[in-house]
Amino acid sequence: MKTAYFPGCSLEGTARLDYSKSMLGVCKLLEIDVEEVPDWNCCGATAAHCLDHQASIDLAGRNLKIAGQMSQEDMLVPCPMCYNRLKTAAQVLKGDHKDRYQTELDSSFPAIWDLANFFARDDILEKVKARIKRPLSDLKVVSYYGCMASRPPEMTGSSDYENPQSIDKVISALGGTTINWPYKTDCCGASLILSQPDIVFQLVNKLYEMARRVGAEAIVVSCQMCQANLDMYQCKIEAEWGQQYSLPVYYFTELIALACELPEVGKWLTKHISNPFPLLEELALYPYKIEDPRGRGVKGKNGENMNTEFR
Amino acid sequence: MFKESLQIDFEFIEDLEKIGPFQTGACFQCRKCSNGCPVTFAMDLHPNEVIRMVLLGQRAAVLSCRTIWVCASCETCTTRCPNNIKIAELMDCLKEMSVKEGVPSAIPEILTLHKTFLSSINRYGRVFEGGLLPEYFIRSKQLISKLMTGSWRGDLTLGIKLLIKGRVSLFPKMIKGRSEVRKILSNSKKSKIKS
Repeated sequence: MKTAYFPGCSLEGTARLDYSKSMLGVCKLLEIDVEEVPDWNCCGATAAHCLDHQASIDLAGRNLKIAGQMSQEDMLVPCPMCYNRLKTAAQVLKGDHKDRYQTELDSSFPAIWDLANFFARDDILEKVKARIKRPLSDLKVVSYYGCMASRPPEMTGSSDYENPQSIDKVISALGGTTINWPYKTDCCGASLILSQPDIVFQLVNKLYEMARRVGAEAIVVSCQMCQANLDMYQCKIEAEWGQQYSLPVYYFTELIALACELPEVGKWLTKHISNPFPLLEELALYPYKIEDPRGRGVKGKNGENMNTEFR
Repeated sequence: MFKESLQIDFEFIEDLEKIGPFQTGACFQCRKCSNGCPVTFAMDLHPNEVIRMVLLGQRAAVLSCRTIWVCASCETCTTRCPNNIKIAELMDCLKEMSVKEGVPSAIPEILTLHKTFLSSINRYGRVFEGGLLPEYFIRSKQLISKLMTGSWRGDLTLGIKLLIKGRVSLFPKMIKGRSEVRKILSNSKKSKIKS
């Protein structure tokens, strides 16, 4: 199987060593050949659609045009923001007001897939199931989708936008349990973390509280912005609210890798800020030695020791 | 006692709908948008109030409010509006309009972040995260306030952690089609936006 692949800027930046690598690792395992869209540009993200609507459509449109020359049927887009912008452009550039924009979409282009939705496809799940070596039994998590992969449904074409299922399907195929909770698609604040961090801390704290209340031991995401907001500031939020959440934030691709015993998974997990290992060790899901995040040799398997290392 | 009568700018909604359409006129104030909005606690006007004021032609008040900038574009309002009003898209349009009309942003940091982001795209064709943050902190004058309040320590620790883990790239990746990207960004005759 071969697909096109649109990484987006953050999978080339802060999420390169965990989300991007784990996605590529899992694709390789499942014999999915991914071909990167050549010379892609930034989709414009929040900044473009906030300040320059026309550019936001044309920036994404340029990528669609390039993808159209690739002769692939499907295009994987792990970043929900890029996914949303590409889907929006695809629709707007065929809509009633298409002459407002520079881009002319004459040719067809691959189907745009949110990564989690792609992996939740029956044929892909079958492939995953066939490769599971260590089911994630006893792992109780909540799935957290964020906004952009499902909303607005008019653009994304999603039908379960108030209660998405893709990550849940993947986790239960891996043998884990997802707990139902009300904040699956509640916003984490995304880019406000840079300009108005206090707003984000409040939103994320609300998510932690609920995750803990329903008895989740970890949060599973498919978005690198959500991952960053939930993972990087957990320590700070815990201090500010006087709580101890200790909720690791995994990408669903990392959990696939874990269940299929891809040995590289440790390398990806060490890139997290909130320590992802103690829970996995407690549940005997992590059979390897924990690597030093700095790559200077191997650290002991002492969870508490690693905790100070991570924080 | 007579209160001063409301000055209505009838062109306001017409201007907006010409850019849209957003179906703003269909609002019957059910407040579903404000109930689902995750960031109302940081807003001065609730989303339904913004819409009401648009309908009442309160251009100056709407373009200078915090709400349009606080909006996180999570699209919950647009998704749930029973009258299919594109509320989040309207918020974007109001931001763009306020910048074009030279109304100072109620939250200048957010505007500066967006501008810095766009200039990074303009320069490289992609966003260079390693350069975005320092540039933003300088342009938004947050660097100074961080130094004054001492909050730089936390940021620095996180920054160093990310550097050690190799998550911050030190060099930008430039694409070949930079000129195409620049054309897209400059073509939208809103030269004021790109600085």
